[in-house]
Amino acid sequence: MMKARPDFFALRRLFRIAVAVGMLIAAAKAGAAPANEAPANEALNIDIAFVAHARPPSPPFVLDPPPPGEGFAGANLAIQENATTGGFIGQNFALTDIELAEEDNPAEAVKPWLDKGVRLFVVALPADEALALADAVRSVGGLVFNAQAPDDRLRGADCRPNLFHTAPSRAMLADGLMQYLAVRRWSKILLVPGAGAGDALFAEAVRASAKKFGVKIVAEKPWTFGPLARARSDAVTESDALTFSRGIDADMIVVADEAEDFGDYILYRTSEPRLVAGTQGLTPTSWHPTHTAWGAEQLQNRFIRASNRRMRPIDYQAWAATRAIGEAATATRAADPQKIAAFLQSPSFNLAIFKGAPASFRPWDRQLRQAILLAQPKSLIGMAPQPGFLHQRSTLDSLGVDESESACKSKQVTR
Amino acid sequence: MKPARLACLMLFVAAVPTSANKVYVTNEKSNTISVIDSDTLSVVQTIKAGRRPRGVLTSPDGKLLYVCASDDDGVQVFDTATMKLQRTLLSGPDPEQFALNAAGNLLYISNEDSSEVTIVDVEKNQIMARVPVGVEPEGMALSPDGAVLVNTSETTNMAHFIDARTFKPIGNVLVDKRPRYAIFSRDGSQLWVSSEVGGSVAVIDPHSQKILKKIRFDVPGLTSEEIQPVGIRLTADGKTAFVALGPANRVAVVDAQTFEVRKYLLVGQRVWHLALTPDEKYLFTANGNSNDVSVIDVAGLRVIKSFPVGAAPLGIAVSPH
Repeated sequence: MMKARPDFFALRRLFRIAVAVGMLIAAAKAGAAPANEAPANEALNIDIAFVAHARPPSPPFVLDPPPPGEGFAGANLAIQENATTGGFIGQNFALTDIELAEEDNPAEAVKPWLDKGVRLFVVALPADEALALADAVRSVGGLVFNAQAPDDRLRGADCRPNLFHTAPSRAMLADGLMQYLAVRRWSKILLVPGAGAGDALFAEAVRASAKKFGVKIVAEKPWTFGPLARARSDAVTESDALTFSRGIDADMIVVADEAEDFGDYILYRTSEPRLVAGTQGLTPTSWHPTHTAWGAEQLQNRFIRASNRRMRPIDYQAWAATRAIGEAATATRAADPQKIAAFLQSPSFNLAIFKGAPASFRPWDRQLRQAILLAQPKSLIGMAPQPGFLHQRSTLDSLGVDESESACKSKQVTR
Repeated sequence: MKPARLACLMLFVAAVPTSANKVYVTNEKSNTISVIDSDTLSVVQTIKAGRRPRGVLTSPDGKLLYVCASDDDGVQVFDTATMKLQRTLLSGPDPEQFALNAAGNLLYISNEDSSEVTIVDVEKNQIMARVPVGVEPEGMALSPDGAVLVNTSETTNMAHFIDARTFKPIGNVLVDKRPRYAIFSRDGSQLWVSSEVGGSVAVIDPHSQKILKKIRFDVPGLTSEEIQPVGIRLTADGKTAFVALGPANRVAVVDAQTFEVRKYLLVGQRVWHLALTPDEKYLFTANGNSNDVSVIDVAGLRVIKSFPVGAAPLGIAVSPH
C-alpha cells in the first residue's frame, strides 16, 4: 500500500546527500585550461546514487556485525577521488545515499531521484532487488552496479544489459579457493553445505570449481544440526561437530555457511584435525584488512581516515563501482549512461583496483575481472589467479564463468 | 712476495679511484639504506634509515643524501662522507618521491596520503608552499631550466604541471592508469611519464602539454597485466631510455628517438627504480620482490650481476662524483 505514495517515502526516509566537492577544484580552476583537453568551460555533472537497506541490528553474538553505512562509505571515498580528478577537467561528481527501511522497495524508492535525472545507481542489495531495480530503470537508460550480490544467475541467465557487477560471483570466489587448493595439492575435500539458499549456491559453485581444477569432493555432508551452532555451543552441537566428519579421508573441510552459523564452529572440533576453508577459515574475498600490497595500504588508510573503521568487501565493491563510473566519465567526457556503459565494456577501459592487474568488465556478462584474495582473519594467505593458471585472454578470466560457458544472452548494451 | 703484492695493490688503487661512485638503495621494509660501490659492484655498507624509506637522491655536489622516510613524515639528510644522519627535514605527511633543484636548496616532495606537493627550503628547513594535486601523488620531476615542476597522481591519473616559481598549477595532462614516475629529457623537450596499471609510458611535449607518443610493451610469454612500467632513466644523448617493468621482471630498452622497444633485459622480481652512473657505464635496478639489485652493462645491454640488498628495495640513486 505504501508503493503508491513515493512522497511518503521521501519524507520518512533519511536521505543523506553527500556532495563531494573536492577541495582541489578551486586550485585546479586557477590554472590554465590544459592544452590537450576540451575547454572546461561547461561543467559536467555526474550524479550517482547509492542504494541499500539500512543494516538491521545484529544479535549480540555476532562479533563483527555489518556497520552502518557499509557500502556507502566505499562509494563516498570513491566519489571524492572522482571529484579530485573531475576538478581538474571541469567535472562535478555527487553521491546521494538512498537508505531503505527493511520493507522498502528499491525500484519505488529511486523514483524521485530518477525524476531528478539520476541514472547511475550503485547498489548493495539482494539479487532479486538488484534485478528488479535494473529492470525498473532500464527504460530510462539507467545503469545499476551490483556491489553486493554474488549470485551467478545475475551474470548468467538473469543477466541484464544495464546491470554491472563489481562484487565477485560465487563462481569466482570458489575458483580462487580451488586454485589455491590445487597448487597446494590438497586435492581431497569434504564439502559441508548449510541450510541457507546462499549456502546451496556456494556449494554448487564449489562443486563446479572442484571439477574445473581437479579437486576431489570425497564426501559431502550437509550441516543438519540446526542453526546458531556457534551461539548455542551446547553439548549436543559439540558432539555433532565431533562425529559428523569422522573417518572421512579429506585434506580439508570446505564449508558453505554464508550466515556464519557453523563454519567457525567446526574448526578445531572435528575428530580428526582438519583445516577449514570456504565461507569461514580460509576465505576467498574481494578485499581484506590484511591486504597491503599493490598500493592497497594507501586505500586502506584513506578509508580508515574517512570512516573510522576498516574497509569491508562491500565497501570495496561499492568503491570499485563508483571509481569505474568516474573513470568512464573522465575518459569519455560524458555523463550519458549509455556512453559510460559502452566505454566500460570496451577494451579501452581499465581500472587500478590495488590488486596488481588492472580490472575491466567482461563484455559477455558485465562482471568486473578482478583478483581474489585468500585470507584467514588475521593473515593474507594468497591471491588468485595463482601462478600457473593461464588463460588465452587474461589470467583473471581463469576465475568465474568464461565467455563460452556464459548463459547471459545480452552481450551488448541496447536501449 | 710481500712487497710485490703491495705494489700490485697500489697499482690497482691508482688505476681506478676516480671512477668509483656510490649507489644508494632504500629498502622499504627493512628501513635501511644499502650503499653499493660501483667498481666492486657490492654492498659496502648498510645504514639504518627512518621508517619506510622510499624516494632517494643526492645533492648536486654529492655531499648529502636525501631520503623520504615515509612513515616518519620527514626527509632524512645523511652526510655521504660519514653516512651519519645530519638532520631531518619537514616534508608534509607521507613523503614518497621528490625532486631537487639544480641549486640544491629546494626539495619538491609528493605527499602520497594528503594529495599535495610540499616545497621545502633545505637550508632553512622551512615549508615554502603546499600545492594541492590529485589523489596519491607520486612522481616528481623538475624541468632542466627549473621553471616547471611536474607531479603524477596515481589515482587521478594525471601529470600535473606546476609553475616552479609561483607554485601555481599551469595544466594537467591525463595519462594512463596509475602514473608512477616522471622524468624530463636532458634538453627539456620531452617529459616521460610511466603508467603502472595502464602498462604504458607517455612521452609528453611539456610546452604544448600534448602527448607525443604512448609507448607500449610486449614481452613474449607474459600477459599485458604483468607489464607495469615504473622507473625510467634517459641517457644524456637523448638516444636511449630504460623503463623498469615491475612484475614483468624486466627493463625495457627503448630507442628514445623512434620510441621503438629494442630489447628486454631480465632482472630481479618487481623491478622498481633505476639509476645510471654518471659515465653511463652501468644501470642499477632495485628489485622489490627478490630483494636484490641488478647491474646492467649499458654498452653491451647485458645484465652482468645481481646481489642481495635489504628487504623490498624501492628507490635508488647514484652519487654524481
